[in-house]
Amino acid sequence: MKVTVIRKLMAVTFHAMINIQSLTFEYANHSPLFQNFDWLVSRGETWAILGPSGCGKTTLLYLLAGLKLPISGDIQIDGETIARPRPHSGLILQDYGLLPWSTVRENVELGVNVRNFYGPDGKHSPDNFIPKDNIESWIQRLGLSEVADKFPVQLSGGQRQRTAIARTLALEPDLLLMDEPFSSLDAITREDLQNLTLSLCEEQNITLVIVTHAIEEAAVLGKKILLLDAPPNQTARVFENPNAGTSGFRSSAEFHAMCERLWNEMQKRNVPA
Amino acid sequence: MRRRDILLAVIVLVAIWQAAAMLVDMSILPAPLTVFIVFFKELQTGLLMHFAVSLWRVTAGMALSVLVAAPAGLVIGGSKRLNRLFSPIIYLLYPIPKVVFVPVVILFLGIGDTAKIVIMFLILFFQIIVLVRDQASGIAPQLIQSLQSLGAGRRALFRFIYLPASLPAILTALRQSIGTAVAVLYITELSATKYGLGYYIYYKGSTLLDYPAMYAGVIAMSLLGLGMYFTVDWLEWKWCKWKFVG
Repeated sequence: MKVTVIRKLMAVTFHAMINIQSLTFEYANHSPLFQNFDWLVSRGETWAILGPSGCGKTTLLYLLAGLKLPISGDIQIDGETIARPRPHSGLILQDYGLLPWSTVRENVELGVNVRNFYGPDGKHSPDNFIPKDNIESWIQRLGLSEVADKFPVQLSGGQRQRTAIARTLALEPDLLLMDEPFSSLDAITREDLQNLTLSLCEEQNITLVIVTHAIEEAAVLGKKILLLDAPPNQTARVFENPNAGTSGFRSSAEFHAMCERLWNEMQKRNVPA
Repeated sequence: MRRRDILLAVIVLVAIWQAAAMLVDMSILPAPLTVFIVFFKELQTGLLMHFAVSLWRVTAGMALSVLVAAPAGLVIGGSKRLNRLFSPIIYLLYPIPKVVFVPVVILFLGIGDTAKIVIMFLILFFQIIVLVRDQASGIAPQLIQSLQSLGAGRRALFRFIYLPASLPAILTALRQSIGTAVAVLYITELSATKYGLGYYIYYKGSTLLDYPAMYAGVIAMSLLGLGMYFTVDWLEWKWCKWKFVG
């Protein structure tokens, strides 16, 4: 009881963006992925969720996005228990989820069009939503002007991911959830888009949660890293990585030390006892 | 397929027809030129009216089928539960040759246009619903989840995903059923009417033994099917541009 009160106090004091309390989740006929799992993310933080496949990291992202609901426990985003996708959260999936029949421009407009479709009802779109004419500026910002009238099949992987980012950011989210967004890109495009994502999130004051199975990516992007293990996950193991995203960090000794530490931790957990 | 190639194919087919006519040398297979002259003459004396009646019937039958079958296919394909409920019914009804119901439908609905349109509907409905349902149920879950995360509920999913994703399937179903539709149209126009290309062909051929006019009717019916075929191709090019890139 006392612990709950303290946690709630902490959440209010630190402006919690994500506050997960005693989350339990399992798929039907499977052992639980999360059991009494607690996790706290403050506003404006940059998190990487790292773990081996099957650890539940993508499921956690879907829970945060409101696309799946907990069996028990509470997931609060910006102080409100989440029961369906939240208008101010943006989600970018592994294969970008672009509409194949729409051009880049139409894809970037999609979120805004969905909101216009419903109007500001507070459920599908924020109740103070005013359609903004910011599509062209996002297309320009992400360097998509030249391909704006092309279809997804005509784009490179990097351009597709830029389209997905533009579409999400055009809705001005305060929380950005990304599932392995850069895993299918070549090394140079990946680094480019990682930097772009970090700078955009900082500029727009967006809380970033990015799921990855790559240790280096977690260490590059996450100022805080949540390491998940083979399920069930009961406690959040968090690694502080405060200099992630600063220039030159990728080649620093600190970065390599962090990678090694994460590697050792993952190794330790996965070796059968 | 280029226009030049299609033109070339037309020339080849007419040449084969000409050769066959010369070889057979009987009044039941007149030469193309004879038929073309009669065709243009007949256009001024009623063929156009028969063409218009047939066009109306087949268009109405197809439009009715699309308007009923496409939304039904979308709804069934978009819901696992409905799909489980309806698929066995569709599975059983799909292979039944609907054309055998022509007499039954005429008994129920009389000899007017309604019966003819309903028969075409019976046949086309199943072809369209099956293709659209399969298209709708095969949509990648990531696409749906992405749109849900942008705030889309059920209505927006239909508007922004299910409908555009199924449009090519609807057009494919239409293209595949044009041949059947025109064939069924011919059968329904054989009896109980004095209008339409089916009646015209049968009347000119079997009653008047005016073979060039009969072939003029066949050409008109072919043009009817071809015109619809081209229209569907044009709609696909216009509405599904993404299919033609990359």
